[in-house]
Amino acid sequence: MSVATTDAMTDTMIELSNVRFGYSERVILDGLNLKVPRGQILAVMGGSGSGKTSLLGLLGGRNHAWSGEVRVAGQNVSSLNRAGLYGLRRQLGMLFQFGALFTDLTVFDNVAFPYREQTDLPEPVIRDLVLMKLEAVGLRGAAQLMPSELSGGMSRRVALARAIALDPTLMMYDEPFTGLDPISVGIIGRLIERLNQTFGMTSIIVTHDLNETLRIADRVVIISEGKVYRDMKPQEVRESQDPFIRQFADGLPDGPVPFHYPSPAYADQLIGEA
Amino acid sequence: MLLIGLEALGASITRTLDRLGLAARFSWGVVSVAGICLVRFSLLVREMYFSGVKSLAIISVSGLFVGMVLAVQGYEVLQRFGSAESLGSLVALSLVRELGPVVSALLFAGRASSAVTAEIGLMRATEQLAAMDMMAVNPLARIVAPRFMAAVVSLPLLAVIFSSAGVLGAYLVGVQLIGIDDGAFWSQMQASVDFRVDVLNGLIKSVVFGVAVGLISVFEGYHAAPTAEGVSSATTRTVVTSSLSVLVLDFVLTVSMFRGLS
Amino acid sequence: MNRSKFDLAVGVFVALGMLALGFMALRVGNLASFDGSEGYRLEARFDNIGGLKSRAPVKSAGVVVGRVESIKLDNTTYEAVVSLRVKPEYRFSNDTIASILTSGLLGEQYLSLDVGGDPSYLSDGARIVKTQSAFVLEKLIGQFLFNKAAESSGTSK
Repeated sequence: MSVATTDAMTDTMIELSNVRFGYSERVILDGLNLKVPRGQILAVMGGSGSGKTSLLGLLGGRNHAWSGEVRVAGQNVSSLNRAGLYGLRRQLGMLFQFGALFTDLTVFDNVAFPYREQTDLPEPVIRDLVLMKLEAVGLRGAAQLMPSELSGGMSRRVALARAIALDPTLMMYDEPFTGLDPISVGIIGRLIERLNQTFGMTSIIVTHDLNETLRIADRVVIISEGKVYRDMKPQEVRESQDPFIRQFADGLPDGPVPFHYPSPAYADQLIGEA
Repeated sequence: MLLIGLEALGASITRTLDRLGLAARFSWGVVSVAGICLVRFSLLVREMYFSGVKSLAIISVSGLFVGMVLAVQGYEVLQRFGSAESLGSLVALSLVRELGPVVSALLFAGRASSAVTAEIGLMRATEQLAAMDMMAVNPLARIVAPRFMAAVVSLPLLAVIFSSAGVLGAYLVGVQLIGIDDGAFWSQMQASVDFRVDVLNGLIKSVVFGVAVGLISVFEGYHAAPTAEGVSSATTRTVVTSSLSVLVLDFVLTVSMFRGLS
Repeated sequence: MNRSKFDLAVGVFVALGMLALGFMALRVGNLASFDGSEGYRLEARFDNIGGLKSRAPVKSAGVVVGRVESIKLDNTTYEAVVSLRVKPEYRFSNDTIASILTSGLLGEQYLSLDVGGDPSYLSDGARIVKTQSAFVLEKLIGQFLFNKAAESSGTSK
């Protein structure tokens, strides 16, 4: 399914060099460099607004870098036209934060959607494929339910089944654990791990959830001030004494990431306005 | 003070022009992929069900009652001049030229377009459109274009159904209740309603209204802020903007179509 | 709801719309009746056509036999040139009189053809020579007042 290019032959799935990106006047990413080999599970962490989700947008071609180069599966994303971009996206899977299931379709039709839109497979074949994917996430029995009848964890799993329908080579997870109970977090984490092992996918997980992420990730990248702040193994994160990482790992309210939004001195403001 | 006022005026003009430019580019994008409705007819059929079929009841009942009221009021005036038989032509001309296309477009904006805006807005807010885009399916073609085309196709049909129901309503009140002569009612109507001038122009009007209302509803939905408040204000804007555009367009079209006739 | 139900409902909806359009064309409008595209052309000149409009009916003995096709002003004689189309099955003698009349007191104006005794018939493109202009109320009243004034000044002498 993947296009054979020189880069695709090598082991690099993603390569970002000196990427600069932002929204109108606000710069989010500035001078970001990142290289991800095939088959890796990479966790991207950082405070809110640090540009983690923008990074996924850049990889999927939904955002365009101001400068620098974004290469996915050997292709320069910003140089692609619409058809080329859609060609690339057929190799990508993305799990959105809240699943983003189509609310007017049943679970079955949601998972069947990519097959019906992208392939000419006959309906009986699609049916078998959909049931296989649903079985993989353990929800074959829920095929005829509507998304509104699912719990948060279940809809995330259905969305996962939909995202892997066309056997992508790169899976992107946007906050896959947010808002889930611990059991669901465990299930999703295990699924991500299993998919990576069985299908040899490359996975990028953007997340805040440190525990589950450290368990499944091969590598952790922390983004701060538009750059890669730290690039390390999960074990190194656990043992790190870096105040920024400790604040993140231990959930401390104040530290290198300040509790207070930038403001004038408290006393000055109280007296000055009186 | 004056300077601040001018500044605000300038800013609002810039904002309006920005939005108009956005709307124009968006409309072009929608129209250029609207051909998908021919290739995948079932997409259009589904949306016609939700906008067209589901508006059928309100359209035909409203048409019936508008026709009945027109008959009562028209009779009041006409019988003073001893020309109660002209009731048929009065009612039919008002319905076919004006009320049919305009009132059904207004009802359609309230009944169907607002729902389309809310639906697309919610799909955007819940990242369904983004998910589709990431699955290499163009949401403009898959979601937006069928809803737009459904308005363009459904509205003319609804308008003629409205007018027909209105004529029947007038017949019920005028002929069955008031007792105007049956033959005179229909023959006066036929003598004054010209198929090409009146019926076809009315149809052209409703196609234009369908394009306007359809584009406004998908535009507002697609560009709604991804919050509950954003979607609700987009829905309101759809109804307000659609209604105003229909009335303004109606004036422009009426002047250009019927000015030479009377 | 499955696809075939959508198909059925939308099919009924479109059929209903077509039915309504047919009703508009045949029962409400006049598509079935003579629309002036066939038949032969005649021309008549009037000093004044009053409120006659194009597409107004042409009647003979009260029966609609055709429609007014166009109305122009002749720039040299300053007469109104009315061209009309008459259904092919009706024929009118050469000395037919064309007059502009009003249906009822406030009704619309139409063109009336009154047949004379000439044995030969008007053919396509022919001109009706004898015409009677529209009756214009203001002129008539003016004439009446003028006559009255002349009458009273005559008796006072």
